[in-house]
Amino acid sequence: MEWPYDNEAGLLAEEDCDVLVLGGGLAGLHAAIAAAEKGARVTLLEKGAAHRSGAAGTGFDHWEMACTNPGCTVTPEEMTRALEEEQDCFSNAIGHYIETREGWDRLLDLEKWGGKIRDTEGEFTGAPFRDDATGLMYAYDYRNRYTLRVWGTTFKPALVRRARRLGVQLRDRTEACALLTCEAGGVKTGTGGLGFDTRTGRITVFRAKAVVMAMSRPARVWLFHSDLPGLCEFRPLSSIGSGHAMGWRAGMAFTMMEKSVRGEFSAAGRSFPPYGTGNNHNTWYAATMVDARGVEIPYVDRDGRELKTVLERYLPAPGQKFFLKGGVIDEPKYEWRGPETLPFDELMRRGYRLPFYADLTGMPDSERRVIWGMMVGQEAKTRIPIYENYTERGFDPARHALQSYGTGWQSAAFLAQERQLFGAPGGVMHNWNLETSLRNVFAAGDMLYASDCAGHACATGHWAGQHAAEAAARAPMREAGRDFVEETRQRLLHPLTVRDGLDWREINAAAAKAMQNYCGGVKCDSLLRQGLEAIGELKQAAGEISCRNPHELVRTHEVSDILDVCELILHASLQRKCSCAPLFFERSDSDESLAAQERCYLTLWREDGAVREGKVPLQFYGDLTSNYEKHREGGGLDE
Amino acid sequence: MSEYRYTVEVTASSVSPLAFDPSRCIGCCRCVEACQIDVLLPPQRKGGVPRVVWPGECWYCGACVMECPQKGAIRLRHPLMNQARFVERASLRDEAPGKLP
Repeated sequence: MEWPYDNEAGLLAEEDCDVLVLGGGLAGLHAAIAAAEKGARVTLLEKGAAHRSGAAGTGFDHWEMACTNPGCTVTPEEMTRALEEEQDCFSNAIGHYIETREGWDRLLDLEKWGGKIRDTEGEFTGAPFRDDATGLMYAYDYRNRYTLRVWGTTFKPALVRRARRLGVQLRDRTEACALLTCEAGGVKTGTGGLGFDTRTGRITVFRAKAVVMAMSRPARVWLFHSDLPGLCEFRPLSSIGSGHAMGWRAGMAFTMMEKSVRGEFSAAGRSFPPYGTGNNHNTWYAATMVDARGVEIPYVDRDGRELKTVLERYLPAPGQKFFLKGGVIDEPKYEWRGPETLPFDELMRRGYRLPFYADLTGMPDSERRVIWGMMVGQEAKTRIPIYENYTERGFDPARHALQSYGTGWQSAAFLAQERQLFGAPGGVMHNWNLETSLRNVFAAGDMLYASDCAGHACATGHWAGQHAAEAAARAPMREAGRDFVEETRQRLLHPLTVRDGLDWREINAAAAKAMQNYCGGVKCDSLLRQGLEAIGELKQAAGEISCRNPHELVRTHEVSDILDVCELILHASLQRKCSCAPLFFERSDSDESLAAQERCYLTLWREDGAVREGKVPLQFYGDLTSNYEKHREGGGLDE
Repeated sequence: MSEYRYTVEVTASSVSPLAFDPSRCIGCCRCVEACQIDVLLPPQRKGGVPRVVWPGECWYCGACVMECPQKGAIRLRHPLMNQARFVERASLRDEAPGKLP
């Protein structure tokens, strides 16, 4: 068949802007808008189409840790400390503090621009989770009210409208392929990026005074399915950590990249569609669960006290100030442990029978409607394939119970080597300005280490955008390195010159298998070194991939990025010599004598072809409140 | 004229995530423009429906259906292995009563 779009392969264009944003998801759009509001000329590169792209392009259903919303009783300081201690300090306190301080402001922005953040129609008037004075709808902890239920399907279109109105140059169908850098006064400095038109193949050099990287965390590293590549991970097929890969190639410092977790509910082919099976977490909190006989499974509080009413599932235990639930919270420590159904093993011991079901039939009408109607209707990937399709199949939440698989919310039993970067994984090391180790290159959202969730993406995106605009106002426009541009152009187009070569999927599958073999649940030096060799060989083999059009080229560029990310993860794993439970990092050759020494962020970056390593203390960011004040808009001083 | 020539073939997959109803589709291609994975290409000739060229790459977000102005013109369907079961609540009974918890 003929290619329906123009052919611009080999064409090299150039554009200038003040701030270049890579990635048009929630974080990227917020960054672009914030920079444009400060007067910067902004260009944003988005591989898909910003209107519905990114992990939350088709929606999300709740916004966590909005501590300055009028109903919330938890302060930003308390919440950030709780999240930090919950993760044994392998947490991103800078990001969380910005999120807890400013998340609510971002929600108000979104509302101003056409997003829906409250029940304006009175659909849930009188419900215990609704504040009838403001129409705000809360999730999880109804007393402390830090997480809001929102109509996330309205957010991306609203952000795109706002960005366009401010004159942001939105470059849809443009894959960000490389960071441009130079040495300026002995410091590696960002000077822009390279974009590849995913339909025509044109390559554009985007020169910029500052760059914001707002791309996804890595995926398809351990999990891949050649027949169903779109169903092998939680985030979009196209979101595979290209930002991490180009940062690594450019010498950017990373941390916590040795952290990975056993696959959870989210690999939709290996398990089931997220939020599409019986469970009582996240979107479905706190659904009633029943066993195969219809016997209700008890909810208990942190002291094992059985809860009698549905409302109690949404309230802290006696003597508890607040409890934590949400994206990164799996099994919280006692201090913040919220209501939960009895543990699976205990249920088996007591004779409960599989399969279990989520059973909304006996719940109060408002809880049933908010879980099935609103939450499942607003979460990404659920409005059409779950809410609409199940309804067409006859599912009625007032009559039917929805089956659970695996041990509840995981919806499959994954093996130890089937891993993901999930639950606040590693990423870019940064300072209070969200500036990376490369000068004038900022990061936001999923690119930051220990990052998670939509509210965090929006809040850090806005912060990074403001700081990038300030940096751009001081920085000169610098030339892109011609040799690097030409070299990258050759690399990007090379597969068009290969005839009857390999399919990109063969390399992706081989990389995933290598990572399962050499960087699985239990690691050791000799296996990890084998892993580096195997990935090195696959990099050679990737030169034999052939492509017939820009679409296939994009998939091939992604695989080459995945191989770089594999290398980064293997090096980070080699660097940490002692097992570390908070990072889900286990070694068979663990050197326990290093346990105390390695209670820190291990950082790594590439320099002159070698891997360099560093150490940063866990609480390097200092006092939260004063540093926030010092670095917020207008108060910012470089470190 | 570029030195490279582009061609394209449907990349086969065992699944068919998207089905178009030609009697409802008006060929506006909003679905093609909404898909962030770009699994669709516009119709080959005027009046046709978009082509699902990379069905295996669909990540089942539903953006195409959400943006479609013609209800029912596109159907998104998870593969059979992903169809979770649901039952009448009333059918869940203790067939062989044992020791109740």
